[in-house]
Formats: sequence, C-alpha cells, structure tokens
Amino acid sequence: MAEYSTIGKRVPRIDGRIKVTGDAKYAADYEMPGMLWCKIARSPHPHAKILDIDTSRAEKLPGVKGVLIGKDFGGWKWGWMPKTRDESPLAVDKVRYLGEAVAAVAAVDEDTTEEAAGLISVEYEILPGVFDSKEAMKDGAPQVHEHVKNNLSWDFHMDFGDVEKGFREADLVHEDRFETGRAITGYLEPPAAVALWDSSGITIWPAKQSPYFIYRHLAACFNLPLNKVRVIQPFIGGGFGGTKNDSLAGDFCSVMFSKMTGRPVKFIYSMEEVLRTCRRRHNMIVYNKMGMKRDGIITAMQSRVIADGGAYTAIGPLTMYLTGCISTLPYKLPNFKHDIYRIFTNNPISAAMRGHGVTHTRFAAEIQMEIMAEELGIDPVEVRLRNAITAPHETINKVTVHSCGLVDGIKTLSEHPVWKGKDKNRKNVDQISHGVGLSSSAYLGGARQRGHQSCGAVVRLCEDGTIDYLTGATDCGQGSDTVLVQIVAEELGIRIEDVDIKRVDTAYTPCDAGSYGSRVTVLAGEAARKAALDVRRQLADVASGIWNVGPEDIVFRAGNIYVKDSPDIKMPFKKLAQIACYSGAGAVIIGRGYSGYGIEELDFDKGVGNAGTSYSFTSQLTEVDVDMETGFVKCGRMVIAHDCGRPLNPVNVEAQSQGAAIQGMGQSIYERFVMDKGNTLNSNLADYKIPLSTDVPDIEFIDIIAEDPNGPYGAKEASEGAIVSSPPSIVSAIHDATGVWFKKLPVTPEKIAMALKGKNKNESL
Amino acid sequence: MEKKKIRFTINGKRCEMEIKPWQTLLELIREDLKLTGTKEGCGEGECGSCTVIMGGRTVNSCLVPAMEADKQEILTIEGLSKGDKLHPIQEAFVEHSGMQCGFCTSGMIMSAKALLDENTDPSREEIREGISGNLCRCTGYAKIFESISAAAHAMKGEK
Repeated sequence: MAEYSTIGKRVPRIDGRIKVTGDAKYAADYEMPGMLWCKIARSPHPHAKILDIDTSRAEKLPGVKGVLIGKDFGGWKWGWMPKTRDESPLAVDKVRYLGEAVAAVAAVDEDTTEEAAGLISVEYEILPGVFDSKEAMKDGAPQVHEHVKNNLSWDFHMDFGDVEKGFREADLVHEDRFETGRAITGYLEPPAAVALWDSSGITIWPAKQSPYFIYRHLAACFNLPLNKVRVIQPFIGGGFGGTKNDSLAGDFCSVMFSKMTGRPVKFIYSMEEVLRTCRRRHNMIVYNKMGMKRDGIITAMQSRVIADGGAYTAIGPLTMYLTGCISTLPYKLPNFKHDIYRIFTNNPISAAMRGHGVTHTRFAAEIQMEIMAEELGIDPVEVRLRNAITAPHETINKVTVHSCGLVDGIKTLSEHPVWKGKDKNRKNVDQISHGVGLSSSAYLGGARQRGHQSCGAVVRLCEDGTIDYLTGATDCGQGSDTVLVQIVAEELGIRIEDVDIKRVDTAYTPCDAGSYGSRVTVLAGEAARKAALDVRRQLADVASGIWNVGPEDIVFRAGNIYVKDSPDIKMPFKKLAQIACYSGAGAVIIGRGYSGYGIEELDFDKGVGNAGTSYSFTSQLTEVDVDMETGFVKCGRMVIAHDCGRPLNPVNVEAQSQGAAIQGMGQSIYERFVMDKGNTLNSNLADYKIPLSTDVPDIEFIDIIAEDPNGPYGAKEASEGAIVSSPPSIVSAIHDATGVWFKKLPVTPEKIAMALKGKNKNESL
Repeated sequence: MEKKKIRFTINGKRCEMEIKPWQTLLELIREDLKLTGTKEGCGEGECGSCTVIMGGRTVNSCLVPAMEADKQEILTIEGLSKGDKLHPIQEAFVEHSGMQCGFCTSGMIMSAKALLDENTDPSREEIREGISGNLCRCTGYAKIFESISAAAHAMKGEK
C-alpha cells in the first residue's frame, strides 16, 4: 500500500469547529431585509375532488401579501422521469393524500401566514380512498390516478436462470411472507428555504442534499434557463434520502411569491408537516421463496414484492429497481426471479431512504436463509460461508464485484467473543432471555441514476499556495467534505487547512447529482483526485522548467516540492505556486476533474448490470436481552465488520456505520407510522419513536480492508451497508432469545409478548 | 396584548427587551437576539435541538415562555467559547467527531455542559441519561458519548 499523508488517517472533520460554535448556518437561519414568510395550506382529506377554493378571507387579512392555488402554476408537474411527472406544486383538481398542499399564503410574519392559511376555504367532494396496497391492486378499487389501472405505479420483472429448476434441485424449499415498516428518514432539521426572485433570476438557499435536482425543477417550473437559477447550499441538518433529494410545495411557492412581490420569501416546515406529509420509506410485503440443498447451498430465490407507493411516483421506480438488482449479492445465487409492484394508495408518498430498496429484500432473504439453515441443522456462520461470494465475481444479472471482504468479515465475527460466548452468556436471569444474531449484506456505492450523473471538481490554485476547491457534491452531515479535502491535500502534498471547500453554488460549482446512493466519496472523490492531479501536473511543468528535470520526477510532499532522489533540490509549495501564478502574463492555474466510473450500459428495464460502481460488504452481530413477560427488547452490543474498500477517513466510516446501524435498529424494534385511513396518527416525535441515547447499544466497529479498483484509493461505500445489516441481525437475535421468527417490522414489545403467550402463532409475525 | 419588558443576562451580556407575552424563549433567542446557533427541530420539546441553560439547568427553549427569562441568566452555544478559545466540551466534540450534520449539536453540547457542571466524572450510564432529552439521528450517539467522556477528562485535568 502506498504511503499516504492524509488518506486513511483519523482526521477530525473540517466542519467540526463551525458546528460546535453554532456558527454553521442552516436554511432556517437565513433572513433578508423585507422578507416575507410562506405557509402551505393542506388537505384534511386523503382523497377528494377540489370543487372550489375561496381565498378571499385570507387575502383580506392584514399583512397578507399573496395567495397561491394549484392553477397558478399553469399545469406544470414534476417527477423523477419524464413519464412519471405526476406531482404539482399545489394540487389542482384532486388531492390524493392527507396533508397534500392545496394553497399557499405569503405574509409579513410567520404568525400571519398561519392565520391566513386557516382562512383558506376549500370545498371538497370526498372520494373513497384506498390505503392498503393489496386492496388497491384489486379491480374496482378506488383509483388514485384516473389513468392508472389497478393503481399500478411501477413494476419490474427480473428473471435469471431457471428458478423452477432451482427449486426442483433443492432439498428444502421455503415460502414466507415478510413485511417492512413505514418509517421516516428522521432528520432533525425540517425542510426550509429562503427564495429570491430578481433581475438575475432565482436565488434560493434551500435545505437540500441534492441541490441540482431543485435547480432543474425550478428552471422547468418557471421556464428559465439554468443559468438564471442559482441554488446556494446552506449547511444541511441531515438528509437520509427522499425529501431532501426532491423538491417541495414550499420551494415552488416561495419562489412564486418572490416573483409576485419582489421580496425574499422564506418557509420552514414544522416537524408535524415533516412526519405527516414528507417522503417516507416504502412499506413492502415480500413473498419470498428460497431453495436450499441439504448442505445449505442456495439453489434459487424468487421474490414477489408489493410496495405501498403512496399517492405519487417520486423516485419510486429506482427504489423498486434496487430491491431486486443486487438481491444476487452477497451470496451466490444461480437462479433468481423478482417481480415487484409499486402501488398507488392514498397514503403519503414513499420514496428513497438510506439503505434504499435493498433493506427490504435483504431482510427477507437473510431471515429466510436463517430459518432454513436452522431446519437443516446448519450453523448461521457456516451457511453464510458456504454461500458467500468472493471476488472477482459476476452475478447472474451481470453485477460485477471486483473486491469483497465478506468472508473475512463473517470469519472475524465468528471468532468474536460476542458470537463465541453466545451460549455461555445465555444467563436468562429472571424473565430476561439473551440472544445473539448474525447477518450479512451488500450495498452499492457510486450509485448511478438514469439520466444525469455527472460529477466534477474544480481545484483553483491561489498565488499563496492555498486552494479553492469547488464541487457540486453535498455534505448533508456524512463528512464527505472532509474526505474530499483530504484527497485534494493528499495529491498536492499540502495541509488540509490549506484547502477550502466552498458551499455548493450552482452558479460556480460543477453539476452533480448530490448525496444519495453512497456516491459522493466514490465519484466526487475521484473527481477531486483528478482535479488535484491536473493542478499538480501544471505545477510540475513549471518546476521541471526551473530544475531541468522531467515533470514526472517532481514530488509533492509535506508542503514542499522536490526532485525525486534529490530531496535537497526543493522549494516550498507556496513558492512554486507563486512562481507559477506570476509566470508570463500571469498564469491561472485551474485543475478540472470528473469521475469516469460506472459509465457502461445498464439495462434498467431488465435489471442487468451495475447500478453502482462497487459494492461494500457488511456483517453484523447484535446482542439482545428480551423481557419474556413484556416483550421489551434491549440491544446490548453490536459488532460490525465492514468492508468499505479502504476507509479514507476511518473516524467518519465508523461514525457513519454507527449511525446507520442505530437507524436500522429504530426500524427493527421501535419506529412505525400508525396509520388510520391515510391519517398519520403519530406525527410527532413523542409518539414516533426514534432511538434515544439510553436505547443504544455499544457498537464495536471493525474495518475489513478490500481495496476496489473502481474507487479513489480503493474506497467503496460506507454506512448504507450497516442500515441493511441491522434489521436481520436484530431479528435473528430476538429469535435466538425467544425461539420465534418475526417476519414483520418493527418487532414491537406487544408482538413479542403476544407471540410468547401463544397468540398470533399462525400469523406472519 | 401588551408587550412586556423583561431583563435578563444572556451569554454574560445584560439585556432589557420588550417582548410579546406569547413569545417563546426560543423565538426570543433566534428571532430577536439573532442567536441562530440554537435550533428548532420539533417545536414540541421532544428533540432537544433548542436546549439552552437557564438558571443553571437545561430547558427546551421552544417550550419556555420568554417571560420566564425575566431576571434569569441564560447561556446559549454562542456563549460557550471564550473568543477564539473553544470550551473543552466543544474541543472534545471536534476532536472525537461528536457531530455529523450538526443540527442537534448546539443542544447536545448544552446538555453535556449542564451534566458536567453537576457531575465532573460521569459514568457512561450517567452520560446516556444526561443527554437523553437530545435526539441525534446521525451518530447513533457513540461518538457523542466518546466526546463527553473526553471532555470530562480534559476538564478535570484543567482543575
């Protein structure tokens, strides 16, 4: 391995200081003179025709400066793909979920907007709603979108090998029904923005983890060229996919109000709006069928998945794709069939969330494999090792794996005291039963999306040897800014503090798809490396002219430039920067780079090829103590063995995986939206249970190094793996403690208590 | 309703202000005093992002009527460092990556401060308890526990 100066080091986050002092400005912290406030009025019905909207009372309220309704946007709609543009900034003729935006008001202060929103009177004709995805598929079910028969929002059908043959060859075939819960991403910063329309077009400071999505949406909605839309990135208070990748009613309405009034306009959603109306994880029913030989080798897997898509398409097609395209990892799978149906219902919209798509089907497959191994008397470690892939590997659907630390990870965990001592530790004092569960998962890094996936970097050399670094990639908390700066510093042999990463600003930074699909370190990292190398090449040319040696003999290290094998011939980086910038008429040294990974063809319709550029592998142990009387589960310890290729910043990698594992724990045992006919009954953080500091286990994190050729310095993704591995390891641990296999998330205390009391034994738990 | 005059000290500075009786302490801090380091997450006292120290104990400033600040001493995140010199808790959070997105961080650090003011040598369980009113979605709390332990250690060393 090459000797690096900053790569692979436990470098503190570059945004640490500004965040601990409260100086970091988030969207809600911005304000401008003359600023108005915007508030959205929302539907109290999950499915209804809009017959009439009377805005007159709101308009007359002192302080109100404008009111908008759906038709003010001229019929414009947006969506993830051209053919899925089904969402309007404000509902026009019909509302399809409770809380859908129907009107907006702008006023001089926030209190007035709230009062005015309450004065908007909408006459509805209530329509029968449909809230269950299986009901919605039936003939005669209420239709959420008039033109969509059986409410089929999207479907994928992947078929590789011959599953029937695989099942015939198996000694044991299992069919089970699994279900994943309705969960929220859970960022603490509600969406907010300040928008300004003036002679230079639109400028907006929004809380987005993909600022270039809203950039395109605003240009299209307001019919402006892209160079008249400027999105400037504040600090982002968490993202986790979905809402902050996409645009919101508040974004469009604030811009429209600013256009109407000439004043800056701000909105902040309340946490109740977040929990009622923002995008959430799909609830999925997974009918899984697996064939296994007596020795534990998997012969075939068939999944039929029904996903509750909610009222609109959003990024749903990609979610559906991801549930299937890497089901062929992390185990060898010679025959695989996958049919998934995304169904419109009158529930709030489902979309992306960390562990996107993969978490649902991996949970099902992982638990089913454990159930079958148990029936065959095969140890959980053994069944995994027998089926685990090793690199290089090409799956039956042509997913290519160039590096894989899966076997190392499983073996490492099998030697860990938590696993080795699991029977000895089974103290079962009083009514507490102890259990340990193991799981493995794979996740793609450097995700590719249909259409744009450009990812570039610009490195500008200042004459004093410092660097302005421009990227369109977004750090919404994951720490990517630190890693990207490390990369630039590494290649130029300078200090991290000499590189200043700028906030994303679409007027200056190169276009980028933003933070999703674990793409930033892999793709933006490669772009950063190439841009820094471009600067280094230009500087090496200057140095080689001074010292009369070839540019390839110039070394950049520890703030100095020297000649290879002659370290005495040297000068400070700063000095060379000055010489280079002052040469001739004054050279301008700018480095450019873009990621070239993952540009081969992907057959999105059939599920063939690589949706990512590389794949991480995660294995996880979780220890639980289950109260056999109350069903209460306490996670005691977690051990995560994670192959992210090479960790470029090991602290960040640990931190990401710890956070993801706990988010996965929330989904496994606490978090769920309680729904009643489209109404979210627990739309507050008292009743929707996000893990607290007193709930979380100690987490031990082990890096498994398996460098990948398709990643900067061998890096792959970190964190989405651990949100996928968490639920199956917890559910296996609960089984180990209770003897019951639970197949429906979250596994709440009442479900456990009921199962242990002998009720619900025949249901899919 | 009539505005009411209150006097208080915030971050060591004496203030006298006219406030609306229905205003919250959070609104007073963020909107009137422009101290935006204190965040509003849920506005219902559940997430702890708005935590400040008033009269020596932590409060969810989104739930406290601003009138209650009368004659009180208030500390927000902006009052913790001395010029460029970070408070040892802030230093520990930087050193141990006790934050990711940073939105919960101000409130988290204020809770940590109140904890360490009371208890200079908290156990891991006492740290968990001390910040149990502050939600963090990014970290899984692990690096926050590390940061607070390190801060306790550093603060004891100083004395």
